[in-house]
Amino acid sequence: MKPGSGIPSNNAGTPPNDVDMNFALNEDQILIRDAAESFLGDVSDSAAVRRALDSKLGYDATVWQRIGGELGWCGVAIAEAQGGLGLGPVELVLIQEQAGRHLLCAPFYATVCVAATALQDLGSAEARERFLPQIAAGALRIALPLHSGREQWLASAQALQARRIDGHWVLDGAVPRLVDVAEADYLFVFATIAGGGLGLFAVAPGAAGLGLQPCATWDGSRRFTDVQLNSVRADIRIDEPHRASEGVTRTLALARLYLAAEQLGGAQQCLDLTVAYTATRKQFGRAVAGFQAVKHRCAEMMVKIEALRSAVYGAAATAAGAVDNGTLAMECAMARVLAADTYFWCAQEAIQLHGGVGFTWEYDPQLHFKRAQAASHWLGNADVLRAELADALLD
Amino acid sequence: MNLDPTPADEAFRAEVAQWMRDHLQGRFAGLRYRGGPGDEEADPALRKEWERELAGGGWTCVGWPRAHGGRELSIEQQVIFHEEYARAGGPGRMGHIGEGLIGPALIRYGSAAQQARFLPRIVDGSEYWAQGYSEPGAGSDLANVQTRCWQEADGSWRVQGQKIWTSLAHESEWVFVLARCEPGSRGNKGLAFLLLPLQQPGIEIRPIRQLGGGSEFNEVFFDGARAEAEHLVGAPGEGWKVAMGLLEAERGVSTLGQQMHFAHELELVIAAAKRNGSAADPMVRARIAQAWCGLRVMRYNALRMLSGDQTQLRREALIAKYYWSNWHRDLGKLAMDVLGAEGDVISDDPAIRPLQQLFFFSRADTIYAGTNEIQLNLIAERGLGMPREARPTI
Repeated sequence: MKPGSGIPSNNAGTPPNDVDMNFALNEDQILIRDAAESFLGDVSDSAAVRRALDSKLGYDATVWQRIGGELGWCGVAIAEAQGGLGLGPVELVLIQEQAGRHLLCAPFYATVCVAATALQDLGSAEARERFLPQIAAGALRIALPLHSGREQWLASAQALQARRIDGHWVLDGAVPRLVDVAEADYLFVFATIAGGGLGLFAVAPGAAGLGLQPCATWDGSRRFTDVQLNSVRADIRIDEPHRASEGVTRTLALARLYLAAEQLGGAQQCLDLTVAYTATRKQFGRAVAGFQAVKHRCAEMMVKIEALRSAVYGAAATAAGAVDNGTLAMECAMARVLAADTYFWCAQEAIQLHGGVGFTWEYDPQLHFKRAQAASHWLGNADVLRAELADALLD
Repeated sequence: MNLDPTPADEAFRAEVAQWMRDHLQGRFAGLRYRGGPGDEEADPALRKEWERELAGGGWTCVGWPRAHGGRELSIEQQVIFHEEYARAGGPGRMGHIGEGLIGPALIRYGSAAQQARFLPRIVDGSEYWAQGYSEPGAGSDLANVQTRCWQEADGSWRVQGQKIWTSLAHESEWVFVLARCEPGSRGNKGLAFLLLPLQQPGIEIRPIRQLGGGSEFNEVFFDGARAEAEHLVGAPGEGWKVAMGLLEAERGVSTLGQQMHFAHELELVIAAAKRNGSAADPMVRARIAQAWCGLRVMRYNALRMLSGDQTQLRREALIAKYYWSNWHRDLGKLAMDVLGAEGDVISDDPAIRPLQQLFFFSRADTIYAGTNEIQLNLIAERGLGMPREARPTI
């Protein structure tokens, strides 16, 4: 099992051949997207995001409950047999796009996009049965790390040792920067198993010997906590060892895709804010949106955003079809490369084109600027991903 | 969203691939991967014969209606045809202006007599066309046409003026021209759309030498050149409508074929990098990975274009030209950086020469068919609803 390996090195990088014109969203997908847009527009506007940022928990618990209960988003990509809707990557991507656009503060990404994906792709039958129905019902919050490249994952797993004692797994070590630990029901961590190999373990945050050190981060919209484990008893080993190698590749690919979708939404919001602001801001007797220096920069943002949208939707459609893991890993890494670069680009352009007010706390570009920088390295920064892609293309 | 191919599509793909294997060989083998952008002067005579070979198999004008001699393929199958054509190394199409531009315009706006006269010879590869829109004073401001035309007593037309950037005029039999038929009219009003034979005393073709050394573009001078009365398309004064309708004919179908060509160019870059060791350079590796990402973007963007709802704002269509042309230009620079000093030496090596052509010719990509600057105006105005530029025509 190789966490963070990203793209299998034996992949030739041959793009899929298929051509199909059904690239358009179906009616259900349009309904999901429109519902997400409308719901998050109401509950996660700028004022709501700022309230969440100022709160102790970091998000509005009632919004999270509605997401899990009335909207059913937590089970979108979970099989019907496990209480989900049995839909897939395309639907989850559409929700994530809106979540990113509205800077949704909620433990949705870690729990639904990463933990549930890992459980499905590499979890044992016991772990799946135990966690997935509860996640689908919106009743479970799971914290986990979002390390960057392969080295970071390996280093993290090596810094945590798992021993089998009296029929239980006991963990010792430290894991930096788990996301959404506040009020989490479980922490998912990779550890090195005494005697060889890696395993994925679930730990209850109240377990004896666990030390939690919240990080005060510039981006408060997704919070991180350093974790110390001193002979902490794990609840369960999650991975099924024979599924783990392929499962990690698929989980990481999809987690990158869902993150890219979120970044796409954020980049779009940066552009929308900028177009709206420059249409009302007057200098030299006219709206600054009429100056070509401004128009062209907005147009460049749109080019990058639509390119990213094509990449994200294309990778999602590929993930929803029959695809080998090597191809999937490349398509999702591709989407994440563009997402990391595009979101940051659009956030910095939004600040610049808002002028003085873009530099203030009061206007929203700063929120996206901070999220864009933080998100740029989650699950691999663009340089790491380009290096992974190059390995697949050139070696 | 569903990207899995149907069995019928797969069968059609195999049919095209097989035909290309069977026919792009023997005397045509040397045409593989030739005649593309920047290489359009490669053996035009043999490439015209290749057009007739294609016609023999029914592989010209594959999207045209059967009533006009086409194959009436679905959009899906047209895409597959273009992809497999390019994947097999099918040479740059000598007939693309006839097949892609004037043919569809005549199908839409031409008289029955014009259709009967011109379409069969486009389909069978016996007549070739050049496009006469741009002028020295009508580039980005395309409607600023100064070339004049008037009708003689016998009903025939005379054309006076100059066109420029006329691709392959020296290899073509006919040219379609936008000329001002209403003296004193301005902009897109008062224009006529005329068809003229290029071999006539009133026309002089002068090659323009490009920065890469080739001369596939020309200046075309009209000095009382003659068009027959029946070779006016649409009514006098409606030339702009015909010309714009013709530019709309392309809906991105051939784009995926173009991308196969781009993918081939990236393969050449990768091969060069492996050959000279620069494939070990982390910066080169990152740029190659970035180029590959761009290829995937263009593919998915084209699929979005092809499946998009025609009633909605087509954001992906608006960005397509800007995206591919800048990607291609970057690939040209990457290619030369990979070649290093080797790239500075004029070469006939098939592993080097195409990359040098790519480097030089791709500088035109961001200029023709709407410069980068015009594209960004269009994106801002149509895509983002930002204020329009003033469009004075004097």
